[in-house]
Parts: sequence; C-alpha cells; structure tokens
Amino acid sequence: MNRFLRLILSLVVLAVGLALSGCAGAQTALETIQKNRLIKIAIPVDFPPYGFVGTDLQPQGLDIDMANYIGAKLGVKVELVTVSSANRIAYLQTKKADLVISTLGKNAEREKVIDFTAAYSPYFQAIYGAKTLSIKSVDDLKGKTIAATRGALEDQELTKIAPSGTEIKRFEDNNATVSAFVSGQTQLLATGASVASNMIQRNPQLNAEYKLLLKDSPNFIGVAKGEESLRVRVNAIIAEAKKSGDLDKMAQKWLARGAGQLPD
Amino acid sequence: MRVALEFFPVLEEWPLLLTGIAWTLLLTAASTFFGLLLGTVCAYLRTQGPEWCRPFIVGYVELIRNTPFIVQLFFIFFALPAAGIRLSAEVASVLAMVINLGAYSADIVRAGIQATPRGQIEAALSLSLTHRQVFTRVVLPPALQRVWPALVSQIIIVMLGSAVCGQISTEELSYAANLIQSRNFRAFEAFIVATVLYLVLSVFVRHFFQWFGRRFVFGASRG
Repeated sequence: MNRFLRLILSLVVLAVGLALSGCAGAQTALETIQKNRLIKIAIPVDFPPYGFVGTDLQPQGLDIDMANYIGAKLGVKVELVTVSSANRIAYLQTKKADLVISTLGKNAEREKVIDFTAAYSPYFQAIYGAKTLSIKSVDDLKGKTIAATRGALEDQELTKIAPSGTEIKRFEDNNATVSAFVSGQTQLLATGASVASNMIQRNPQLNAEYKLLLKDSPNFIGVAKGEESLRVRVNAIIAEAKKSGDLDKMAQKWLARGAGQLPD
Repeated sequence: MRVALEFFPVLEEWPLLLTGIAWTLLLTAASTFFGLLLGTVCAYLRTQGPEWCRPFIVGYVELIRNTPFIVQLFFIFFALPAAGIRLSAEVASVLAMVINLGAYSADIVRAGIQATPRGQIEAALSLSLTHRQVFTRVVLPPALQRVWPALVSQIIIVMLGSAVCGQISTEELSYAANLIQSRNFRAFEAFIVATVLYLVLSVFVRHFFQWFGRRFVFGASRG
C-alpha cells in the first residue's frame, strides 16, 4: 500500500512539474530563438542526398544546407538534431526542435498536428538513363526496358503512363532495381530522387541523367502548431531564396535538377 | 479477428496468373531437359571418365550444392554483366536452374550408377559391347530407374525454387502473385491462389514425370 501511494505521489509531482514547465514557455518560438541566438533544426542522416553522414562523420546534404541557410539568414547559431522519419513530428511537438527540415511531405493527417511553411526542395519520382539515350517524351519509352520497384509509387505512375511496348521490369526492392540498371540489364531506371542521385554519385561511369518526371511530391519545413511568427519568418526566407536562385542552386548541387515550381 | 476473403480481385487478373503458370512450366521443362543431361554427363565423367576431370566435377557439385540458389541466380544476372556476359532475366533463370539441377542430379545419378552390380557390366563386356554401349544400354537405364523417384523430387524442388526467379523480373507464378498483391493489396488471397496453383502444378509435374520415365527413359529400353 505504502509503495502504491508513493507511486501515485510521484506521478502527481511529475504531472505538476510538466504542467509548470509547459506554462514557462510563454514566449513564442521565434522570440526564444532570437533571445538564445540558437535554433534547433531536425535533420535526417539516413536519406541521401537530403541528409546523410559523410566520410568525415558530419551530417551533410540538401536538408543540412537548408538548415544552415535559414540559420544564417536569421543570424543565429544552428544546432542540428538528428531525427528519423518516424519521430520527426514528435520532436517538433515536444519542442526538441524548432523546425523540421527532413524531406517532410505535406498531407492532411500531418496538417492536423503541425504547421507547414512553403516548399523548399523538390522530391520526385523520375526516369533516369544514360546521356546517350534520347528520351524526350513518354512516347520515347516505347521499346525500352525500365527497371522499377514493384508496387512503389514510380511503378504505379509508370504503369499508368507508359505506352504499350514499354518493357517494365519489376524488382522486389530498391537495391535490386538499381542493381539491374547499374549492371546494364535495363536501359532505364524509374525511381525516387534520393535513390537516383545516390546511384549516379556512386556510378559515374554510367553517365546517367534525369530524363522524365513521373510524379512530384515536394518537401516542406515543419513548424510546431501555432508558431505563426516563426512560420512567417521562415516563409519570407524561402521566398527570398526562391527569388535569388539559392534554392535552385541547392537542388542542382544535390539532386542534379533545378528546384522547379515549388508550391507555397 | 475476422478476415474477409475476396478472391475476385485476384482471379480477375487471370491473364497474369496464366502467364505465370506458363513461365513456371517452361522454366521447369527447359531446366529439366538440360539439367538432367548435364547431371548424367557429370555422373558419367565422375564414375568412368578420365581421372583428371573428376576434381572439376566434384568441385562443381560441391560449389552448387553448398550455396543458396538465389545467390547463384543473382550472380548470373547481376554479376556476370560486369564480365561482359549479359543474359536476359529468362535466360539467366533457366541457366541458374540448369546449373543447380545439374549438380544435384549428378550426385543422384552417380548413386544409381554405382549400385550397378559388377557382374552385369562384365557380362555386357564379355558380349563384346563397347564401353559406351555398356554405359548407355546396360548401366544407365536401370540406374535411372533406381533413382527416378529421387530425380523427380529434385525436379519438383527446382520447379518450386523457380519462385525466386521473380526477383530478377522473370514473370513466373510467384512474380504474378506478388505483382497482383502489390496492385490490389489482397496479399492473403493472392498467395492462397499461388499456393494452390503451385500444389496443382507439383502434383501434375510429378505424375507426368513418373509416366514419362516409365514410357521413355527406362521402360523403352527394356521392351
């Protein structure tokens, strides 16, 4: 009984403590950032070329560049917080991060729990192939062999748009699909931007390049719900970067393709 | 938990399933023919062939019997292109299955050959048959008859093993089942259908080869 009471008591103390700490954060996130001269940004390290660990063991990639870019524009120090796809929204909700720049796509379920800025980088499924192969439109796919991962978004899109006479070779996972293309078993490769740029980086001898867009699903920056001042400030930075061409430069550097038309 | 089984979305894709069955049977037929041929030649070389070629046969049999089929398949499809040998998914599948069945059947047939009583061979030789005649007429048919059930089992195993050929985009039965379930998310139903089809195929193939063996392989030479 005594032990039980003690447990209840400690839970109560914990709850009160949590409630108090919640009250303490009366400042907006933007005010806190400016006061501490520090912004905490959640980034991925398992998703090249958006975020990965380089040979020097430092995170790098498009998302990391974007995080540093925003830090520089705000004139504050950036603290990078490593997150995974599964926990990135939780980091935002618990204020362990002020921003999530982690190939975050926008959808209705997520909009219920966090807010989104404008899109900052493209994510897309596309068709890739050797520079010597001329693919200008969907009709040029006729008679070509294309590797795709069975059941993935790109397989579904490709199956929809490919003209008859296109040979779609479907593989079990991304690795087998990429291997089939790299070993020359297929002429073309349909895959996500991150997989493709990784493949191109590691196999320069293939001379592969971006050919055709299959589907766009751009990345947005996540902000905790209700942090309107921070969201507006970041949006202004994105709009400016869009105008100055900095976003294009970043996309070109990491994705071998311009940023294109990004939704606000 | 209640599971509502809906087979219609799967059976609706019957052209895919039919193509899958056709490919599975075609792969099995081709690999059985060439695989048993390869296995018999290897068994002959290992038991009666020149001394120098025996280590090669032993090496081949051990290499194949002690590595997974899917690795052999991936080697042929993904690795050989680096050496300039580019095979289509279908040819690579058949080649992998032939090499695989060849190694297993080499050992099975060898067992049958070694069980031939010496007296039979000596009797045949005393009738002034050549060594080759002795092997093809006297040793091989009863040897095959002795091990035929084991060989048919091995053929079935290879046929079922062809399920992994879908991994390199050969459009056999399990590839069809996988494609169907990735499109309509009816995984349970798709794999139930595939299981039943494999079962039917196995029973059919087993009976076919039992009949085939009696009729053409060892039965005919007796008659």
